[in-house]
Amino acid sequence: MNTEIFGVFAMFIITVLLAIPLGRYIGKVYNGDKTWLDPIINPLDKFFYKIGGIKPEKEMTWQQNLVALLIINLVWFLFSMLVMMNMSWLPLNPDGNPSMTADLAFNTTISFVSNTNLQHYSGENGVSYLGQLLLMFFQFVSAGTGMAACAVVFKAMKEKNADKLGNFYSYFVKSCTRILLPLSIVIAIVLIFNGTPMNFQGKDQFISLQGDTVNVSRGPAAAMVAIKQIGTNGGGYFGVNSAHPFENPNYFTNMVENVCIILIPIAMIFALGYMLKRKRFAWMVFGVMTIGFLLLVIPSIYQEMKGSNAIHKMGLLQNLGSMEGKEVRFGPAASAYWGITTTVTSNGSVNAMHDSFTPLTGMFAMLGMMINSFYGGVGVGFLNFYIFIIIAVFISGLMVGRTPEFLGKKIEAKEMKIAAIIALLHPFLILVGTAIASHLYAGNPKEYADWLNNPGNHGFSEMLYEFTSSSANNGSGFEGLGYGNGSSVGDNTPFWNIACGIVMILGRFLPIIGPLAIAGILAKKKYVPESAGTLKTDTSTFAIMIFAVIFIIAALSFFPALALGPIAEYFGMR
Amino acid sequence: MSKNKSNKLFEPALINTAFKQSFIKLNPRIMFRNPVMFTVEICTAVMLAVCIWIATGEKTQGSLVYNVIVFIVLLLTLLFANFAEAIAEARGKAQADSLRKTREETPAKWIQPVGEMYVNEMKVVPSSQLKKGDVFLCEAGDMIPMDGEIIWGIATIDESAITGESAPVIRESGGDKSSVTGGTKVLSDKIKVRVTTEPGESFLDKMIALVEGASRQKTPNEIALTILLAGFTLVFIIVCITLKPFGDYANTPITIAAFISLFVCLIPTTIGGLLSAIGIAGMDRALRANVITKSGKAVETAGDLDTLLLDKTGTITIGNRKATNFYPANGIDATAFTEACALSSLADETPEGKSIIELANINVNTFNTNGAKFIEFTAETRSSGIDLPSGLKIRKGAFDSIKNMVIKAGNSFPEETAEKVIVIANNGGTPLVVSENNKVLGVIELQDIIKPGIQERFERLRKMGVKTVMVTGDNPLTAKFIAEKAGVDDFIAEAKPEDKMNYIKQEQQGGKLVAMMGDGTNDAPALAQADVGVAMNSGTAAAKEAGNMVDLDNDPTKLIEIVEIGKQLLMTRGTLTTFSIANDVAKYFAIVPALFITSIPALQGLNIMHLHSPESAILSAVIFNALIIPMLIPLALKGVAYKPIGASALLRRNLLIYGLGGVIVPFIGIKLLDLLVSIWF
Repeated sequence: MNTEIFGVFAMFIITVLLAIPLGRYIGKVYNGDKTWLDPIINPLDKFFYKIGGIKPEKEMTWQQNLVALLIINLVWFLFSMLVMMNMSWLPLNPDGNPSMTADLAFNTTISFVSNTNLQHYSGENGVSYLGQLLLMFFQFVSAGTGMAACAVVFKAMKEKNADKLGNFYSYFVKSCTRILLPLSIVIAIVLIFNGTPMNFQGKDQFISLQGDTVNVSRGPAAAMVAIKQIGTNGGGYFGVNSAHPFENPNYFTNMVENVCIILIPIAMIFALGYMLKRKRFAWMVFGVMTIGFLLLVIPSIYQEMKGSNAIHKMGLLQNLGSMEGKEVRFGPAASAYWGITTTVTSNGSVNAMHDSFTPLTGMFAMLGMMINSFYGGVGVGFLNFYIFIIIAVFISGLMVGRTPEFLGKKIEAKEMKIAAIIALLHPFLILVGTAIASHLYAGNPKEYADWLNNPGNHGFSEMLYEFTSSSANNGSGFEGLGYGNGSSVGDNTPFWNIACGIVMILGRFLPIIGPLAIAGILAKKKYVPESAGTLKTDTSTFAIMIFAVIFIIAALSFFPALALGPIAEYFGMR
Repeated sequence: MSKNKSNKLFEPALINTAFKQSFIKLNPRIMFRNPVMFTVEICTAVMLAVCIWIATGEKTQGSLVYNVIVFIVLLLTLLFANFAEAIAEARGKAQADSLRKTREETPAKWIQPVGEMYVNEMKVVPSSQLKKGDVFLCEAGDMIPMDGEIIWGIATIDESAITGESAPVIRESGGDKSSVTGGTKVLSDKIKVRVTTEPGESFLDKMIALVEGASRQKTPNEIALTILLAGFTLVFIIVCITLKPFGDYANTPITIAAFISLFVCLIPTTIGGLLSAIGIAGMDRALRANVITKSGKAVETAGDLDTLLLDKTGTITIGNRKATNFYPANGIDATAFTEACALSSLADETPEGKSIIELANINVNTFNTNGAKFIEFTAETRSSGIDLPSGLKIRKGAFDSIKNMVIKAGNSFPEETAEKVIVIANNGGTPLVVSENNKVLGVIELQDIIKPGIQERFERLRKMGVKTVMVTGDNPLTAKFIAEKAGVDDFIAEAKPEDKMNYIKQEQQGGKLVAMMGDGTNDAPALAQADVGVAMNSGTAAAKEAGNMVDLDNDPTKLIEIVEIGKQLLMTRGTLTTFSIANDVAKYFAIVPALFITSIPALQGLNIMHLHSPESAILSAVIFNALIIPMLIPLALKGVAYKPIGASALLRRNLLIYGLGGVIVPFIGIKLLDLLVSIWF
């Protein structure tokens, strides 16, 4: 087998093999069962409970859980704004990096609180070490928030008839201390041994062979890289993210980091199976997600390995595949695989330039974010998928001649209303955002000329990608947005900072609120026992139904937009 | 009634009414109730404005002919959807009218109250003048003018006008068979009837109102589905509106007609247009099965039922028990025993008694019964029989009463007969012991006869996931045997009315939906408690008031049909929604390339159907979108066939037909239409 393909194949198999036991472990953690980490972590948790005044045994309703989630996020938001706008004079700033402007601080804060990690700044010169540490803190807590929200929904799905659905704070602390922290420590150590820096010193200097003085940024990178991968954050320590030789030194670390991207998202599905004692259902969900994922990743790898037609026409050999914007140490297959894994999950870290992907790979990356539930972000990926389940259950439930029910609960008007709103939110944010940007650009191409590096179809893809990435809380960039307004990073303009910030907030919290509300309402309803006439949700037929719903509702809504962007580009390059 | 049942979907008279109604329903205030079709109406209005704009000289929006065609097709889409609803309404109304016609304007013999007393001061008035509480008299040959309750007398009544059953039935005051229905005919005797409903408020009137637009309430599931469809519509509004700046960016002008066509094709017009027709057709199908539903919700609930409470007699077994075997005691001649059995039953007018003579197969006229004395059955002796002049005293009765009698006379009860008695009881039968001069002759076995084919029906219900419960007054042993033999899942033996009630409550506690059928006043609380309570038309007014359906045929097996009607209704909604959404795939591939192809020729590669030109592609898509509605009207009215093959298999089947079919059909349809349209565009 081609070694490149073998490497990619190995990454996926290893991920699944690790995810199954990890899922069982996560399930045990949320169930409150005993695990082998208890002796070490119990005191730590107790410490947090004590200083936080948390009573983990006090169960809360879904509304109370939701309020807890929102308030804690609001506090983080305010705290981060304060630090980002004042870090120039705060400690831990050996390189003397400046404070952020209000709009950039807003964008950065939202970006990290919402687990998006869209970076309109460059890590080396945009934030101090204090800022980096704070952002790293958010990489833990935003991932923990998503997982805790998901745990509440799992609990709601599990209960036959319950008002109280566990304690958000407890789920949250457990997610951080028992899942994210141990994994991050292991990953960070692996990275340190492979050369990723972990210190608090300022820039290093060396004189190159030509005699130039080169400044090399350093800092607490290994720790941040570990959590950015494991918590589907994606916000890199360095500007070019995991394409940077310190952030991702070699093919081995590339495999480790790439496995980390989809490890917890897949493990959450198995955790669901363990918690609900519905293994078949978990495998059904895993099956749908995996088929969707493979349908995106396989053609992408094929496209990248095949190389670019346009470059081929210029007389350049493409037998190594399309290497524009890629690291030689990773090659096209591993770059394409990363490109899709990072977009189907809401990770957003990159090891290659997405702007340079062949048009169809760019489209598949966008589709991954538009669907946002083929594995999806930690915790929130399943929440998005949950909405599609509800819609699929509603239609197929009718098709077997009963009013629709899911796990023994009737789905009625109220749940349908919430599901419909959440389902249309994502297309709304992406399309309206891109429409406003297109409108501004089309209305005055001269004034906005510096917005886009590339005019035409590719420029359109760049704008579409930016909003898609924001709404999906992904955070990766096509990075083609122009270097306008004199700033060093192109997308750092008030328009993009504020517009993307708003899209990120809505794209983060509404898809948490919606599923939580539906699950909470359903948990309170009367349980209808299953009979031979009840729709089975753990069958391959139902899997096809969910897949069809996702394809027609989520993917096809973007078809006209994609036709003007990557598809037009693809046909134009042939 | 069965004669009126027309299986023709479109009768000319109905089409006329429906045709007119489809225009009347264009009124935006009526249209507003259906969000999907309301947006289509707005689009149609916009297209009309565009056509006028072009007529006054606008050049950028394409040719006038093309725009006018788009306008007309959209208008047709609306009219087709309205027609679907109107024809469903018209059919339902016609069905109800044919029932109502039988009771219009019959002369009624009104008994005038004088003071506090009713005197036989009769006055003939038209039935429409009778009010609730009035009393009228009916004699042999009279048509009963109004629904009511017999307060005095007994009569045989021909109910064939309502039920289609020609055998006359007996109705009498007091008890559970005191209801009479307007339009039926008294064959013998004389009854006084009190009117139970105000004119215009009978169940039938309520049903007609349900079918008609004004008072029709959307059912909970219909509301939820409407929300989902409205959600889809909103998504496509976003998709279409944002396309304008996208087009501006790409320097691709998109005409208003193209925008509107894309929008109308993408929103689920197929299900949106047929949704209310499906609901009405569900009630109509119930009415065709001679069941009057008091709300659309009841039909929907019927599809969800988990448990059916069925009375044993009449539903599971044929009427009454029958003699099936004679077992003479040792040393008794079989022929003599059979003769004794027949003799003992000569005067027994009960169905059991008659069945004994039938089984004995002896011509009773050969008996010399001159001077014989017949002993009637009493609750005390629990036996009956005959005393012949020859001094023979033949008795037949329950095991213990005959045993007491025999032992009192100093005789012994033969052991093998005692054993037989136990065997019969264990097999669900009823043993009747026969004695002659206080000596046991043998035992007669009476058995319940289970209706032929009932096992298959229960099997069918089991596959639907519906649990059947038999309700009987029998002892637990007999009940268990019959329950097993008939294949019901559970039974309530020695049932009292409150047992039914308790069973229903217990099932409901577990989250199940329960249906039952009943007729008596003492059934009323249970009928009200049940999620679907079907009252028999012959039942008391209280029972009919308590239930949410009334069965005109008084047929206890009707519950099974009602479940299927409910399931059909829900399935039709689900499958047409799936079909409608699946259609979008092809429509995207028809219209999206057409929108951009002129300015981005490279997108020709997306035109996988090789449609002739942008105009022909758009026209073919909207025409297909419009035509599919009338093509699916028959399916919406008849309902998707329900097959009890288990939920998973059913989903697979429907997904294959309506999901995959919904993807493929429009590809073929749009391509064919394009071949035709491309002659002009």
